[in-house]
Amino acid sequence: MMKLKTAMLMGAGLSVALSCTSAFSGEVFSGYTLLKQETREMQDDDFMNLGMEAVTKGAKLFSTKGKNEKSCATCHGEGGKKLDPKRIAQYPVLDAKTQRPITLQQRIINEWTEQLGNAPLKYESGDALALETFVRNLARGQVVNVQTDGAMAPFIEQGKKLFEARSGHLNMACNLCHDHHPGQKLRAQTLSQGQTNGFPTYRLANSKVIGTQTRINQCFKSVRAEKQPVGSEAFALLELYMNAHGNGLKIETPAVRF
Amino acid sequence: MMLKKSLVLTAVACLGLPMVSMAEEPPIEAYKAWTATKDHTIWAPLGGLKGDPAKGRKLAIASAKGNCLACHELPIPEEGFHGEVGPNLSGLASRYTEGEIRMRIVDIQVLNPASLMPPMYKNPAELKNVAKKYVGRTILTAQEVEDVVAYLMTLK
Repeated sequence: MMKLKTAMLMGAGLSVALSCTSAFSGEVFSGYTLLKQETREMQDDDFMNLGMEAVTKGAKLFSTKGKNEKSCATCHGEGGKKLDPKRIAQYPVLDAKTQRPITLQQRIINEWTEQLGNAPLKYESGDALALETFVRNLARGQVVNVQTDGAMAPFIEQGKKLFEARSGHLNMACNLCHDHHPGQKLRAQTLSQGQTNGFPTYRLANSKVIGTQTRINQCFKSVRAEKQPVGSEAFALLELYMNAHGNGLKIETPAVRF
Repeated sequence: MMLKKSLVLTAVACLGLPMVSMAEEPPIEAYKAWTATKDHTIWAPLGGLKGDPAKGRKLAIASAKGNCLACHELPIPEEGFHGEVGPNLSGLASRYTEGEIRMRIVDIQVLNPASLMPPMYKNPAELKNVAKKYVGRTILTAQEVEDVVAYLMTLK
C-alpha cells in the first residue's frame, strides 16, 4: 500500500504558488525548497520519514473507542475515509459555536471530549499532535486553502498584527525575517518564509514531531521573548494568518525540517 | 539508508539561531541614557567608557553577545558562515563616522524603524515580552558597545 516514493510527494514541496488575497503579496514557497537533497529524500520516503511514526500513532488513536463506545472512525470512517481532504486544507476555519477561528488540532481536542467522552487532551501533547498529524496527512498533496475574506477577514488582520509585532530582548518580529529576507543566510541557516504547509512537522533539531505553535515558541526563544501558552486565542490567530499565507502551497504533513 | 540519515543529522547539528545564553548572568548594570543628534549620530561614548578593539572583535563573533556574523559579512576569515541579511561591514569606518556607527549599534531602529537589527543598547523598559532572564538588561553592556565601536572603527 505504501509506495517507496510517490510521484505526488516528490513534487509536494516544490510547488510555488502566487498568493492572491489582499493581506498577502508576492510568491510563496515551501520550506522544502530550502532543504538539502538528503533531507528531501527523507521526507519523500515514507519509510525514512520519521514523522510517519506520529501518523501511525494518530491512526491508532483515531480508531480507539472512548468512554462513549465511539471512536473518531465511528463517524469519520475507517482511516478517516469520510473526512474531506479539501476541508482539512481549509483549517483554521470559523467555528460555528464561537464565531472565532479554530485550529485543526483544537477541533480534534474538542471532539475528543465532546463526542468520545474522553479526558481532555493537552494542546500539543503527544496524543493531540499525533491525531492532528494523522488527519493532516490525509490531506497531503492538497492545496492549502484558508478563507481570508468575509467573517475571517478581521481575524486574518489580527493575526497579521501579531506576525508583525516586535517582541523579546532582541526586539524582532516574524515578518522582519520571514517576509523581508527569506532565502538569505542567517549565519549557516537559510531563512524560510515561515510556511506551515508541512506542519505538524518532524524537526531534526528536536528529534520529534512538533506543532506550529511550539515552532513559533522556539522562534520566541531565539529572540529572547517569553514563551506563550499553546492553544491560546493569540496563537490561533497567528496560526490562521500563517496558514493563510501559505494558500496555494501543497500540504506536506509530516514534513521533515531542520 | 542509515548513512543518509546520519549525514542529515550531522548537517543539522550546526543549525538554529545561535543565540545561546550564558550559564551565569552577571549582575544587571544601571542603564546609561544616551542622546542622538537629529542627523542620527551618538558622539559621546556610553558612560564615557573607552573601547578595546580586540575585545570588540571577539564580541562581534560571540553568538550570545554581539553576534554580528549572524547577519553581516566581516573581515574575520577564521569564522565560517557569515550571514547575508545585513550589509557587508568590511571597510565600514571609511564610509561612516564613529558617531554614526555608535548610533547604529545602540539602536538602529531610531533611524530605520523597519530594521530587523536588534538594538544593542535600547532602554530595557521599552522592550516587550522579554524572557525573564533578560529583563532589565541591554543586549550588550555599555563597555561592550564601546568595544564593538572601537573594533568597527578599525575597519578602514
